Amino acid sequence: MASRTLGKLSRETLPAADGDGRRPPVPGDGGGHEPGSEGISPVATARTGLWIFLVAVTMLFIAFTASYLSRRTAPDWGAQIPLPPILWLNTILLLVGSGVLERARRRWRLGDVRTLRRGLLVAAGLGGVFLAGQLAAWRQLALAGVFMRSNPHSAFFYLLTAVHALHLLGGLGAFGYALSRVAGLPVAAGPAVTGGPVSVTAAVEGVGLYWHFLAALWLYVFILLFFL
Amino acid sequence: MGAVTAHAEAHAGHELSFWRKYIFSTDHKIIGIQYAFTSMFMAVIGGLLAMFIRLQLGWPGRTWPILGSLFPGGMPGGEMTPAFYLASVTMHGTIMVFFVLTTLLTGGFGNFLIPLQIGARDMAFPFLNMLSYWLYPPAIIVLLASFFVSGGAAGGGWTAYAPLSALPQAAPGSGLGQTLWLVSLALLIVAFLFGSLNYITTVFHLRARGMSMLRLPLTIWGLFVTAILSLLAFPVLLAAAIMLLFDRLGGTSFFVPAGLIVGSVPVDHAGGNPLLWQHLFWFLGHPEVYVLILPPMGMISDILAANARKPIFGYRFMVASIVSIAGLSFLVWGHHMYTSGMHPLLGTAFMTTTLIIAVPSAIKTFNWLATLWRARIRFTSAMLFALGFISFFVTGGLTGIVLGQPPVDVYFQDTFFVVAHLHFVMASAALFASFAGTYFWFPKMFGRMMSERLGKWHFWFSFVGIYATFFPMHYVGIMGMMRRIYSPALYAHLQGVQPLNVFISIAALGLFAAQFIFLFNFFWSLFRGPKAERDPWRATTLEWQADSPPPHGNWGEHLPVVYRWAYEYSAPDAAEDFVPQTVPSGEPVPAGDGRGHAGRGGETPGGTHGSAHGGG
Repeated sequence: MASRTLGKLSRETLPAADGDGRRPPVPGDGGGHEPGSEGISPVATARTGLWIFLVAVTMLFIAFTASYLSRRTAPDWGAQIPLPPILWLNTILLLVGSGVLERARRRWRLGDVRTLRRGLLVAAGLGGVFLAGQLAAWRQLALAGVFMRSNPHSAFFYLLTAVHALHLLGGLGAFGYALSRVAGLPVAAGPAVTGGPVSVTAAVEGVGLYWHFLAALWLYVFILLFFL
Repeated sequence: MGAVTAHAEAHAGHELSFWRKYIFSTDHKIIGIQYAFTSMFMAVIGGLLAMFIRLQLGWPGRTWPILGSLFPGGMPGGEMTPAFYLASVTMHGTIMVFFVLTTLLTGGFGNFLIPLQIGARDMAFPFLNMLSYWLYPPAIIVLLASFFVSGGAAGGGWTAYAPLSALPQAAPGSGLGQTLWLVSLALLIVAFLFGSLNYITTVFHLRARGMSMLRLPLTIWGLFVTAILSLLAFPVLLAAAIMLLFDRLGGTSFFVPAGLIVGSVPVDHAGGNPLLWQHLFWFLGHPEVYVLILPPMGMISDILAANARKPIFGYRFMVASIVSIAGLSFLVWGHHMYTSGMHPLLGTAFMTTTLIIAVPSAIKTFNWLATLWRARIRFTSAMLFALGFISFFVTGGLTGIVLGQPPVDVYFQDTFFVVAHLHFVMASAALFASFAGTYFWFPKMFGRMMSERLGKWHFWFSFVGIYATFFPMHYVGIMGMMRRIYSPALYAHLQGVQPLNVFISIAALGLFAAQFIFLFNFFWSLFRGPKAERDPWRATTLEWQADSPPPHGNWGEHLPVVYRWAYEYSAPDAAEDFVPQTVPSGEPVPAGDGRGHAGRGGETPGGTHGSAHGGG
């Protein structure tokens, strides 16, 4: 995702870099926005802002990864904790939620408010179940006598799952916001509507991006902790 | 997502209550001023702590009965305890780096200037912007509260090296004080992230018509690249802080090595790596230095051009050097760790990247000098401070080349030579740029002029005061005085440097006192200064086209349209010696003339002329 943002940056700077100034002045010059009030599109700014936020989250996990990989080379690393089987179920739930949300997002582009609302609810519910599942995994490990101070691997397990769970709680907040936006929409908007109110589109696009990122991040953490 | 509603508010709500207008405001100008005032408050505290340090180092063992009655905990009977001394050093560094310079430069100047200089009405996410500011006071409260907990404030240095910072029993300040330090910093990091997110998005999306990236004033380039830097660097410190909190509160061993014994009691941790903390800290820490120096570099460039009445020399090289300094800053963190047992080959690699940074830095310095070359300079207070910035940057930069080399650094590591270096290149330079920016933009912020006479007194006292305070530290360092020691009197080899320490302390007290000239000037001018016109410095950038101070929404009914770059000073065919960015090209300007002024580095008037035609 960093590369995409950087790509955006270079796309923006490069045309101007030849510097002959022949480009006509265009509103904003920012790219990707539709002509609205003063040429500022909330959808585009929200998307950029969210990408930038996700870059920051990525850096956070890069730092954790670097620490994990360097820690693993120490002689006292020892045995890894067993994989709690419930994590498989959690992973599937999160991926299914991501799929449901993606379908709802696409249907919303065709004006299908009902599927959107249902999709948001289902994905948020699956997210809640995932969180409960993670707690169950913690509980299982604790019952088996594995705590965060037991060994280096367990410390990283609790650390990464906890930070990911915080990230997920933020996502549930975003679901609440999107649902409150969608709640006011008439149900039978019909398939002819493309887009709809920009605030709803911005919210839906934002939640979609955030949630897909979250699912991918979980897959990454899962693989990093247990399969590398 | 909040952008939509917040934008609607920003445009509609002109009649706001006092609370919405000045306290919980979403207006970038108010938020910028809030950041600036809070940073000034913290600067006074950070400065006071520095005075404590100097009192102790100048006159170790002496009692100060008045201070003793004010701080019975830290100075029982008027004599400073080692724990209070170390807490003062730690908190001075932490406050000045994170709570004064970072907040003032990006939160204060960044918030105020970015929308104004790119021709926007506000930030992209005004609500997030307000949230960013309102995380700052809680962070301050948590940080300052640590002075009053058992054991006192953190004492492990602003770098909080583990295991000193990881084990509550390691030192008095390593208890609750260190935990509060981490929590406070985590809050502030989130504030910085919200800020960076806003600045980057705003510069991407909200530039006015015609404001291409290469027409941005260098101030914006500095702030924009800084926002990217902090976005990439601060999460790493956040990760480290979270892990350190886990070690402290959860009993994990990320940073605590095995077999550690504290106070003859074995520590119940196993196998962590204290060097990991240093790597993570300095991966943030070095970019952080540039977070403090890139916005000044940009601001200085604009102030120099306006007061030299000449286009900035080599605009495009200035932009390129800002970007390359930022990129390189992620590859040099190891030069803070030469003495940590690093493989010599790795040290050589870090030395190489470190010395390469001298190239873009020198490009900037020579371009500033070339801008001044044969200029009719207006020596305003802002200009004097800008020139002072260059002086400090060069002085501190040269010792940077010395310290960047491992064999030399092995000797100088953790001595006052390093203290001198960082206080010139980072602290004093960034401080002087902030003063320059304040004298320069005060009329736009508050609609009144500051006193030039007091400004010049302030400059000369500060300029001489800084050299008198920090230059002798080089000698003290060469003679082997370590940084962060409680008392030079305890070391035989330091007896000879004590007169120099007394001199430094007197100079530092004078330097601190001189800042009250500034504070008086600031607050007096706020109420009594002469009214400022729209463009008192006859500068070209967009903010000078708005009212002083700009109204809510900045621009009245229509957004400005930009037709040229930001440095059209003394154009040979223009009626006046400057042409604002909003003036459409009228008479044809020979391309050759424009090139003669801007060199290869700038967008020439001839070029911009073409663009205006394209638009029309």
